[in-house]
Amino acid sequence: MDDLLEQTWDVVIVGGGNAALCAAIEAAEAGRSVLMLECAPKPYRGGNSRHTRNFRCMHSGPLSVLTDTYGEDEYFDDLMRVTAGKTDEGLARMAIRHSESCLPWMEQHGVRFQPSLSGTLSLSRTNAFFLGGGKALVNAYYNTAADLGVQVIYEAHVTHIAIEGHQCTGLDVTITGQSHRISARTVILASGGFQGDVDWLARAWGPAARNFLIRGTPYNRGVVLADMLDQGAQSVGDPTQCHAVAIDGRAPKFDGGIVTRLDCVPFSVVVNRDAQRFYDEGEDVWPKRYAIWGRLVAAQPDQVAYSIIDAKSLKLFMPSVFPPEQADTIEELGEKMGLNGDALRETVDQFNAACRDGDFHPTELDGVATEGIEPPKTNWARPIDTPPFYGYSLRPGVTFTYLGLKVDAGARVQTPDGPLDNVWAAGEIMAGSILGQGYLAGFGMTIGTVFGRIAGQEAASHAQ
Amino acid sequence: MPNDMTHLQAEATRQAEICNACRYCEGFCSVFPSMFAERSFAAGDITQLANLCHNCRGCYYSCQYTEPHEFALNLPAALAEVRTESWETFAWPAAPARLFQRHGVALVAALIVGVAALFWAAFALAPASGRGFYAALSHGVMLSIFIPAFLFPVAALSISARRYWAAVGGRRLRIADIKQAARDVATMRNLSGGQGQGCNFEKEDRYSSARRHSHQAVFWGFMLCFASTASGTLLHYGLGLEAPYRLFSLPKLLGVPGGILLTLGAGGMAWLKTRAAKGLGDTRVWGGEMAFVLLLGFVGASGLALYAATGTGAVPALLALHLGAVLALFVTTPYSKMAHGVYRTAALLRDAQR
Repeated sequence: MDDLLEQTWDVVIVGGGNAALCAAIEAAEAGRSVLMLECAPKPYRGGNSRHTRNFRCMHSGPLSVLTDTYGEDEYFDDLMRVTAGKTDEGLARMAIRHSESCLPWMEQHGVRFQPSLSGTLSLSRTNAFFLGGGKALVNAYYNTAADLGVQVIYEAHVTHIAIEGHQCTGLDVTITGQSHRISARTVILASGGFQGDVDWLARAWGPAARNFLIRGTPYNRGVVLADMLDQGAQSVGDPTQCHAVAIDGRAPKFDGGIVTRLDCVPFSVVVNRDAQRFYDEGEDVWPKRYAIWGRLVAAQPDQVAYSIIDAKSLKLFMPSVFPPEQADTIEELGEKMGLNGDALRETVDQFNAACRDGDFHPTELDGVATEGIEPPKTNWARPIDTPPFYGYSLRPGVTFTYLGLKVDAGARVQTPDGPLDNVWAAGEIMAGSILGQGYLAGFGMTIGTVFGRIAGQEAASHAQ
Repeated sequence: MPNDMTHLQAEATRQAEICNACRYCEGFCSVFPSMFAERSFAAGDITQLANLCHNCRGCYYSCQYTEPHEFALNLPAALAEVRTESWETFAWPAAPARLFQRHGVALVAALIVGVAALFWAAFALAPASGRGFYAALSHGVMLSIFIPAFLFPVAALSISARRYWAAVGGRRLRIADIKQAARDVATMRNLSGGQGQGCNFEKEDRYSSARRHSHQAVFWGFMLCFASTASGTLLHYGLGLEAPYRLFSLPKLLGVPGGILLTLGAGGMAWLKTRAAKGLGDTRVWGGEMAFVLLLGFVGASGLALYAATGTGAVPALLALHLGAVLALFVTTPYSKMAHGVYRTAALLRDAQR
């Protein structure tokens, strides 16, 4: 360990997820000495990448597990739709164009893909799924990196990047309670966002954020991000915002990942703590509305909501990790979930009375809508009348934060008077440049892979 | 937990429900597509999944929910424990299954008894005349020992297979089911990792085909040895050609490579077992499994030694050792790890019906 801390490294990488690993592999393949400082312990290495499942990839013909074609413009349009235009078009198009050559590179470096998972057919053309998921990808990259001689220190907490003028002169890192100064010719920052720091979230969003659940790693605490911003690095992304979806309210505070997802909302009525409805549950197909429900629930008292279905709908969505509450009457279900049973009964009765006959179709906008209630339910509005009744609690689950470091097309970190000479950023820590709002499935991994590789190549050539 | 489940089945169900909400491991093996076809699991479903699992461990090393995560997933171990329990339920009679699965020393005792029995037979029932190893033990004595020692496990395992089939809700077999299951057994597809990269066994999160290849050596080695014995029987009764056979004869051409494969394969399996994390299997049966693998290897090695010793004074002792080991292997088959061949094949047949 002491040897690792005393030598001068060609490339030091802060972080241990997908972007960090791609950068490490590129730099090591160019013959540079590479040290990775991962703040998580080994079982939790990989940041949020360990929870990911796919890579959104442009392709002009069938590619690996991907079918058909997915062109640059269609990809960019999809991005524009979710971000409502909040993107840097140049960087976004570059990430999209590079994605096509990244997929074979990933395969060459140990990543294995599998056909689209059951229940995710809608993504089979656009997203290549990792065999075994993100942790398998992370394992593959760590093994590849180890074979290339990359050194990794786990539980290494980088506290400060020492910048003089436009040069990084070293990093301060705490390892098992001891502080060290590490010297590096180049530094790549790939340490993610700040969503693991609930105090910061509460300062940014408001006290309600203390009731949010964090879907991914608790180790993305934004320490390096804050340190760089304090030293005048330029920021991108709304500092107050995070991407939050509605997840199972019983999920763990951190690291619940994919299994806490709940897809029942379109087939349910959703009420708040006071057993009142507050939004159109049937506004659009779930993948398109999944993301707004985090915000909707965050705006309700105590940041909690309850999704109520009946026996007709139980098998229409993917099973979730926790079994629902179950009861033979609406009142009993309400009481079991800590709601006023009579008030819930009244809300459901009003909803049922507003339902109209129609041709229910669970997988498309069927226009089966309520009449005469506010808010309406504009699709899949079937009465909740067939026992047993089921209920899930919903809470906002934070996926990532938008605030990040501004970079150029070479992934170099920017200051108001020009780029830093030897500091690059990749992954979530700079993703706000491209994803200014919303989220596009599998695009975080695209940004991390493309910019991680670029940062690794650029740092390697600088350190020559 | 459903009332009709054991604690181990309930734990495996808890884990399977988490897997069903994730599905990242769908491409590794047959367990996951089979699991994801269900929304809830009955005891029979969990039994089927447990016996379908080949313990390749790909899912464990890919899992973001293993300890220290509070979900504490360890599906290979949970299914291995249900598997052990299920074999103890289906075995006929049940008591020896508990003994031979969990206690390697019991298998060693069986070996000693088997070898002692053969020494006794060679001594007490010494033939007046005979060539080759028939000079040590007559053909008639061999038959009177090994016909029952072969028919008994066949009968016991048939009962177990029927019990298994009923428990997992198997239907009448079609040719297509048999074809698919035979292909899966012959290629050990479920040890391929889904794409030929192999298991996560002795090298943790790195893939390796060592276990698949070792298992193939054991399987095909055993089959060749079996074919060798069968061909010898045919030559003996059909053509009146008695042992010993020359090297360029069917029993030897099948038996020598078979013995080599069996010995090397078992050695490989035993070595891999010492390298792999114990906690990803059923730790209660580690000793029993290890003893079984070593017994298989001993059968192969003693058979080769017997052949190598042809014409020397070591033949009677080696014959007793080899046949004693074969006897122990056969008689304990319904209760040792050897039974996995039947349960696994039944699970693959059932899976082919999905």
